[in-house]
Amino acid sequence: MGRSAATKDAHALFHSLRSAYAATPNNLKIIDLYILFAVATAVIQVAYMAIVGSFPFNSFLSGVLSCVGTAVLAVSLRIQVNKDNKEFKDLPPERAFADFVLCNLVLHLVIINFLG
Amino acid sequence: MLFQLIQSTLPGKEKPGFDNLYFFVKKKQGVQTERRVIVVVGGTKIVVRGGKLVAVGICIPVEVISSLQNPNSLTVEIPNSDPIHQIRPMVAAKMEKSAADLPASPGLSSVLKSLKLKTKQQELLIRVSVLFLVYVLAFITRLFSILRYESMIHEFDPYFNYRVTQFLTQNGFYEFWNWFDYESWYPLGRIVGGTLYPGLMVTAAFIFWTLRFLRFAVHIREVCVLTAPFFAANTTIVAYFFGKELWDSGAGLVAAVLIAICPGYISRSVAGSYDNEGVAIFALLLTFYLFVKAVNTGSLAWALASAFGYFYMVSAWGGYVFIINLIPLYVLVLLITGRYSMRLYVAYNCMYVLGMLLAMQIRFVGFQHVQSGEHMAAMGVFFLIQFLPSHQYSRPTISRFYVVIIKAILTSSYLVQVFNFLDWVKYLLDDPKKFHTFLRFTVTSAVGLGAVALGVGTASGYISPWTGRFYSLLDPTYAKDHIPIIASVSEHQPTAWSSFMFDFHILLFLFPAGLYFCFKRLSDATIFIVMYGLTSMYFAGVMVRLILVATPAVCLISAIAVSATVKNLTQLVRSKSKPAPAGSSKGASNTKASSKGSLEQSMPFGRNGAIALLLGALYLLSRYVIHCTWVTSEAYSSPSIVLAARGAHGQRVIFDDYREAYFWLRQNTPPEAKVMSWWDYGYQITAMGNRTVIVDNNTWNNTHIATVGRAMSSYEDEAYEIIKSLDVDYVLVVFGGVTGYSSDDINKFLWMVRIGGGVFPVIKEPDYLVNGEYRVDKGGAPKMLNCLMYKLCYYRFGELTTEYGKPPGYDRARGVEIGNKDIKLEHLEEAFTTSNWIVRIYKVKPPNNRW
Repeated sequence: MGRSAATKDAHALFHSLRSAYAATPNNLKIIDLYILFAVATAVIQVAYMAIVGSFPFNSFLSGVLSCVGTAVLAVSLRIQVNKDNKEFKDLPPERAFADFVLCNLVLHLVIINFLG
Repeated sequence: MLFQLIQSTLPGKEKPGFDNLYFFVKKKQGVQTERRVIVVVGGTKIVVRGGKLVAVGICIPVEVISSLQNPNSLTVEIPNSDPIHQIRPMVAAKMEKSAADLPASPGLSSVLKSLKLKTKQQELLIRVSVLFLVYVLAFITRLFSILRYESMIHEFDPYFNYRVTQFLTQNGFYEFWNWFDYESWYPLGRIVGGTLYPGLMVTAAFIFWTLRFLRFAVHIREVCVLTAPFFAANTTIVAYFFGKELWDSGAGLVAAVLIAICPGYISRSVAGSYDNEGVAIFALLLTFYLFVKAVNTGSLAWALASAFGYFYMVSAWGGYVFIINLIPLYVLVLLITGRYSMRLYVAYNCMYVLGMLLAMQIRFVGFQHVQSGEHMAAMGVFFLIQFLPSHQYSRPTISRFYVVIIKAILTSSYLVQVFNFLDWVKYLLDDPKKFHTFLRFTVTSAVGLGAVALGVGTASGYISPWTGRFYSLLDPTYAKDHIPIIASVSEHQPTAWSSFMFDFHILLFLFPAGLYFCFKRLSDATIFIVMYGLTSMYFAGVMVRLILVATPAVCLISAIAVSATVKNLTQLVRSKSKPAPAGSSKGASNTKASSKGSLEQSMPFGRNGAIALLLGALYLLSRYVIHCTWVTSEAYSSPSIVLAARGAHGQRVIFDDYREAYFWLRQNTPPEAKVMSWWDYGYQITAMGNRTVIVDNNTWNNTHIATVGRAMSSYEDEAYEIIKSLDVDYVLVVFGGVTGYSSDDINKFLWMVRIGGGVFPVIKEPDYLVNGEYRVDKGGAPKMLNCLMYKLCYYRFGELTTEYGKPPGYDRARGVEIGNKDIKLEHLEEAFTTSNWIVRIYKVKPPNNRW
């Protein structure tokens, strides 16, 4: 009985969430998709590690951290670009994107060094 | 267009006729300019009185409406489309104006005009010159020992760093990174590339290569000796910017001055002290400054810079653990005080991920950021702030979101019949006021899940517990019972009050005053510096060595106190001159005059009191300077490898015995010789004597050190067995009985016994004591009077008269006549004793022939 109430509630929530989400601008949706991709890749890597073990640990760490790192940087970009955020009102989105690209560059350079 | 309006303030915000509107009208081609100008801005007429025409800044071409028709006024119209609202008002300075003079004497007045600077430029000049002087001061105050002795490396640890830097500059980075050292810890060797913090060596090598590139033929030793003062000077610049970020530029200047001469920092960064802390404190302050800047601006670029600062800190010193624990603690404090913001999220995330990745490039640190208990706080906070809802979504949506997640987890895992739970959550859902409770619930559940994961990790051994070095900071009694090596280092003892006073002087009471000011004006930045100050003061109380880490925080907070106080006092002094003309003007501002008069009456001695307090502050600061210079000169500038004393007639006597002994080793022993000594001298022997040692200051293998300790405290026959098993050719001891030098091996001997006894129970400390007392005279314990260390130190000492009126064999360091004067050595023979008997070297004889 609780379960059907839960599913009804879930359906209602999904509808409300979807309608709210449709209102977000396209650039934010692209960033969200990118974040989803990064997290999914991280999950796949962790699952693979659970199966075969973590022997070159530095490789595993660099792979997972590159996914986590790009996800985190993309979230930061989304926060800075979103027009609803009053704290970042006077930060031009080009500057935010340039910072994002720079941080990603550094991240991936370090990852390549760490990959072994 | 005859005129150019250079700068203006926001139109419509100031009252008409108010003298806040500053602008500069630059004349061209000899047109007469007037002091009284009417500016029409967007339709509003603003009249300027007086002659204060100033500014710096942006040129906006404007259209002149009427110029010369009315010689007494000039109307300038600014087009409406002009983005004038983006111009910020700037500080004005008086500009010399005399239109009539200009055509008359162009040369003189134009020169005067060029020399007289505007206030903003004057302020900039003062700031830059003060910073330059502070930079030079910070450098030269650390040069005492070079002036008194010579340019050499001090102490013990810096010799290893020096040797490694020499290797790096001679063999290149790749060889250095993969270096396996055969010359220490014989027969084990040491993986140098993987067990050191390379920051200091790489920095010095980089400076060396830069200077060589510029064709300065410097020796690497000079670069090494002067690295620490150079970076101390750089730290003052960083302290200036940090103070500016926290409070204002005045506080920054005071912070720079305070930290330039503070003895707590000087103690580890004099010229010649080529140790990790010299560079690490610069990296620490830089990281903190960049992180606070990142939190204040919310910019990814600053967070990236702070990640690089953190990388430099990790490469330089093991104390980086302080940063990686303080910053998560700071984030938690901000969360608790309700100051969580998106800027903090951006700054911490970027800094943590990039910083962690960069830090793992140092082989010595390795995977500790994900495996060691000391780094788990940062990871926990990282996961925690991912949980916190972004402020973009509405709160009921968030709560409903969490509800669905939790319901999904519970129903999918078939854990429990959760009717009650779901009903309760549904109740929460309907009442948005309970959102905070729900949030607290989710956060605590997240923290709980994290705690469970941490517990599982620690119990299964995957997450290593806190290492002894850092655990002894939390539990100061831990080292004494369990790890004697850590307990034996004199720098690791708890701090006495006298050390605080010695190292901080007036900063000790300026620190609470600064805390008061920080709490008065709470912001993200001041919360950070308060936390840094309090945590570092706690750790400074636990271990003397950590006063160094507390010094920047204490200097910054004290600078805030000094700057705010002096600013208030000088405002008081300067404001008293203004009410006089205001009071004299009749009629217009009657109420203003009376109010200012009453102000004056309420503080009748305000101005005099302020001047007196200012003089008091000046006195205190000058005493601080005198104290700091005295401390630097007397206490912290000794190279400790060269000793100095006053002779009978007051002349300076230099004991250069250490270097004498090491160079004797270098020149008179076979290159493959192995030297056994106590671990203090290992680095110096390998660096200067260039011979293989058994144990050195790295102290990474306790058993090996205990073996040496056992050899030193056994009878000669047993010690000979151990000596032969280690292939030792020479034994080196340090003895201070002739000179009265008290840091010799006989005074350290009990530590050798304790460390040796910690691993080999055959060595028992009570055997060497008499009634719990440590004695070397006739009443000493028999084992003490016949052990190897005693014999090696006092061999032939019984024939020597050291002091007038005392019997031969009088030990000046212990103040007694030694007990066993008739020493015969069977397996060792004396090879070399330095001129003041401080270092004694013995050669190991081969075993006797059997027949």
